[in-house]
Amino acid sequence: MSERKTSPEQGEAQSPSKGRKIRVLVAKPGLDGHDRGAKVVARALRDAGMEVIYTGLRQTPEMIAEAALQEDVDVVGMSILSGAHMALAPRVLELLKANGQGQVKVFIGGIIPDEDQPRLKEMGVTGVFGPGASTEDIIRQVRVAVPE
Amino acid sequence: MTLAEQLLSGNRLALTRMLTQVENNTSEGRAALTELFPHTGAAHLIGVTGAPGTGKSSLVNQLALHFRKQEERRVAIVAVDPSSPFTGGAVLGDRVRMRDLAGDPGVFIRSMASRGSLGGLAQATAGLVQVFDAAGYDTIMIETVGAGQAEVEIARLAHTTLVIEAPGLGDDIQAIKAGILEIADILVVNKADRPGVENTLKALRSALELAHPVRHVFQHHGKLEIIEAPDETIYNSWIPPIQKTVATEGTGISELANEIARHAEHLRESGDWAARERNRLGAELDALLQEKLVAHFREQVPESRYEAVLDQVFQRELAPWEAVKVLLNGRSE
Repeated sequence: MSERKTSPEQGEAQSPSKGRKIRVLVAKPGLDGHDRGAKVVARALRDAGMEVIYTGLRQTPEMIAEAALQEDVDVVGMSILSGAHMALAPRVLELLKANGQGQVKVFIGGIIPDEDQPRLKEMGVTGVFGPGASTEDIIRQVRVAVPE
Repeated sequence: MTLAEQLLSGNRLALTRMLTQVENNTSEGRAALTELFPHTGAAHLIGVTGAPGTGKSSLVNQLALHFRKQEERRVAIVAVDPSSPFTGGAVLGDRVRMRDLAGDPGVFIRSMASRGSLGGLAQATAGLVQVFDAAGYDTIMIETVGAGQAEVEIARLAHTTLVIEAPGLGDDIQAIKAGILEIADILVVNKADRPGVENTLKALRSALELAHPVRHVFQHHGKLEIIEAPDETIYNSWIPPIQKTVATEGTGISELANEIARHAEHLRESGDWAARERNRLGAELDALLQEKLVAHFREQVPESRYEAVLDQVFQRELAPWEAVKVLLNGRSE
């Protein structure tokens, strides 16, 4: 397998170990229909050498957990702008565990009030990104979270 | 219990993990495939290919719904999208069009990035298909973006290959370009509610007639001419049907499913099913042999020697053919 032309950072941006790529499910649960943020993140992760499965709008927690299982992802990223994060996040975490995928790291982006962030992390959410978060930061945190 | 045993007993977590191992071509994955292989060979493999934007994912979605509702078959879908040649990353978006299938435990969708190499992709896809086959999925659909050799390779995996066209994608010259039409067992004109559909149908029909001559009666300078069809038996007797569909509305889907069933029946009756299986397994065997032989060879030849010969090639002192001879110690030819 020949390595493609990549800059040093891009080369590093590849997978944690050879032949393995970080797989990320990017989902938009709930009823808000604004998916620009999710698409920007999906693209940034792609450019960082990850395989991003994009599921589209209005996903239920059940649909997200099912897709995470079928795709055997390392990470689930959810974009939530509706304010329903305190209901959606624990449900997704619970379903992932029930499916035997407790090791999957969950990230949330969107409009999340500061006071909710520690509670989300207590529940088991790995990272929370609000407006203005840089894609570099998101990529870095995802890479740190996925064990080699 | 091994992962393969868990998979055979219907454990979906074992199935998904196995798919990952096989896709990454790990030693566990290869060992599991060996264990699973005796359990394969029952599924009907359907390849779905066509240019981007022709509606492949929507069609696969509708076909899967049909198979579930009408025939209660268990359906697996392998959806392949391209990886970036620069970063190796990919956005796999086929699930967006398949949300109707969510929540049905009889459907399993796996997205796969093409990850660069041609032969590797076909091999990984073959592996995933075998895993699904062993796990008891009756129908396995393989969806690829149809643009060239990789798709032809993947189509060779399938028993029945659908080539999806849509109106307005190109003139009739596109339709007679080699490759993509020749692999079609069934041609689908999707988005058949769009303007231009008659032109697309006409172009496909004439392309098909060139490939599969039929009896032709026509007026030429006022004289009735008849061109007899060549003896049917020297050709494969299957002439690809053309099916119009509107996937977003479900129009033409049950007719398409009938054509698929008719093709499967034709393959079984004509003995082509076995012939295709044999060809496919032969191609797989060749690919594996090649890989093993190269690996074996590279183990025996020190890296430094290989690099030295490569340097000579790079300096234009040796042609690649000679270099191969040198590396093989004159064992070639």
